[in-house]
Amino acid sequence: MPDILPVPIADGLICPDAGGIALLASRERASGRLCFPARPEDDTGYDRIVLPRTGRLWSWTIQRFRPKSPPYAGPEAFEPYAVGYVELDGALIVEGRLVDVAFDDLAIGMAMRIVPLPFEMMDGALRTSFGFAPDKGGEA
Amino acid sequence: MSEDVFIVGAGIHPFGRTPGLSGLQQGVFAVRQALERAGLAWRDIQFAFGGSDAAGNADTMVSELGLTGIPFINVANGCATGGSAMFGAYSTIKSGEFDIGLAVGFDKHPRGSFSPLPGDWGLPDWYGETGLMLTTQFFAMKIQRYMSLHGITPHTLGAVAEKAFSNGVLADHAWRREAVDIDTILHSQMVSDPLTKFMFCSPGEGAVALLLASGRKARELGLPAVRLRAAAVRTRPQGSFEVFSPALDLERGGSPTSVASKAAYEMAGVGPEDIDIAQLQDTEAGAEIMHMAENGFCADGEQTAWIAEGRTRIDGSLPVNTDGGCLACGEPIGASGLRQVYENYVQLIGQAGARQAPGKLRLGYSHVYGAPGVSAVAIVER
Repeated sequence: MPDILPVPIADGLICPDAGGIALLASRERASGRLCFPARPEDDTGYDRIVLPRTGRLWSWTIQRFRPKSPPYAGPEAFEPYAVGYVELDGALIVEGRLVDVAFDDLAIGMAMRIVPLPFEMMDGALRTSFGFAPDKGGEA
Repeated sequence: MSEDVFIVGAGIHPFGRTPGLSGLQQGVFAVRQALERAGLAWRDIQFAFGGSDAAGNADTMVSELGLTGIPFINVANGCATGGSAMFGAYSTIKSGEFDIGLAVGFDKHPRGSFSPLPGDWGLPDWYGETGLMLTTQFFAMKIQRYMSLHGITPHTLGAVAEKAFSNGVLADHAWRREAVDIDTILHSQMVSDPLTKFMFCSPGEGAVALLLASGRKARELGLPAVRLRAAAVRTRPQGSFEVFSPALDLERGGSPTSVASKAAYEMAGVGPEDIDIAQLQDTEAGAEIMHMAENGFCADGEQTAWIAEGRTRIDGSLPVNTDGGCLACGEPIGASGLRQVYENYVQLIGQAGARQAPGKLRLGYSHVYGAPGVSAVAIVER
């Protein structure tokens, strides 16, 4: 993993954590309910929290055609990519791209961890988004 | 005391693509057909509810239909636009305010998948920019998990799509009117695993008009009529799984469909075992399977046997999507939910032609679902 990541694709989305990244979320003070993406920092009804970095694959699919732009901001050249929901331990089920895994190996319940995802915008600029990769240490 | 509400007439502009006609014009076509079939004139109509998602303001139809001065209320409620228009008309007659009125829905969408913008849905730009904001992904992931939990295989998805196209052949308002065999469906281009091209419906065009009347008015007219026993529109409960959700609660809950369904059964005083024919939202083949359970017709996982045994075919014990549903008719958002009610109406009065379900049909059930988590259910009785 490079020491310096490109600029995050959005403010308030990710934070550096233990040599990698983690996702920011909010906890509603009144109900304790978690929400992602995080609420604006000045929203006094919520506290900022950092989501767990590992979990289990909850569902998945493969995006086989290039999404329409807008809103899609990736390059014109298109390769199919995997998308899934990962149940982050004891927190929330979060949607993201699935990386570093062959499509045929995807299976509900497999251990996953969050990783930084360098994302190329249409104008060639590189941004840091997030994805989930198989968590080899967590297979047991 | 509240009034009974009847559907006393219906009209439809064929679904599909009609390059020469705007969505509004297709709406006018459907209204005129409904009036003509009922032997009524526009001046007989006391009020209207109508709408489209992407094809203009329904109330401008008065320019073509006649300036009779009636209240014409525009409905813009996304995928539930048609269901909400009917709910408005139903409630208006039930209240006793008017005796006869119109619910109309129409639409005309460009080719290809919908292209929503994050800001319109209260979502941050990155969600769309990174390629996560697609309805097709949501439908694929919902059925993927459902199949894993309940042992449903792609073969059952294929059988649902095959049934839709074979029913569409028999429906003169359907868009896709050619049968497609299950092998072709299963081996067609994969769009979003596990769903292939033939398992998805497409945005399209079309229009439906329904004439609703009070019991007194229906008796006076003496037309073939069905009683609207229930019309319920409900939004999502906590813990449901909806399109465009960056995250879901760990604690899983019900769905807008299960809530609307329960409300409709209660309003009608009947249960799923009483229903003779059903039109269920089939945005893709998996949706029909999941909605069979969410609407109470079977338990999770029983769909495999139901579909293998042909129970949901036109000649089965519970015919489902007898005109081919969204898979064969396409999905003009504003018209789609009313098409389902139209189909139940013509089936119950015995005028469904080549696709007529056999036997005495007493209760018809229709269910539309859409973003961002809204369902409308109607139950009609002959």
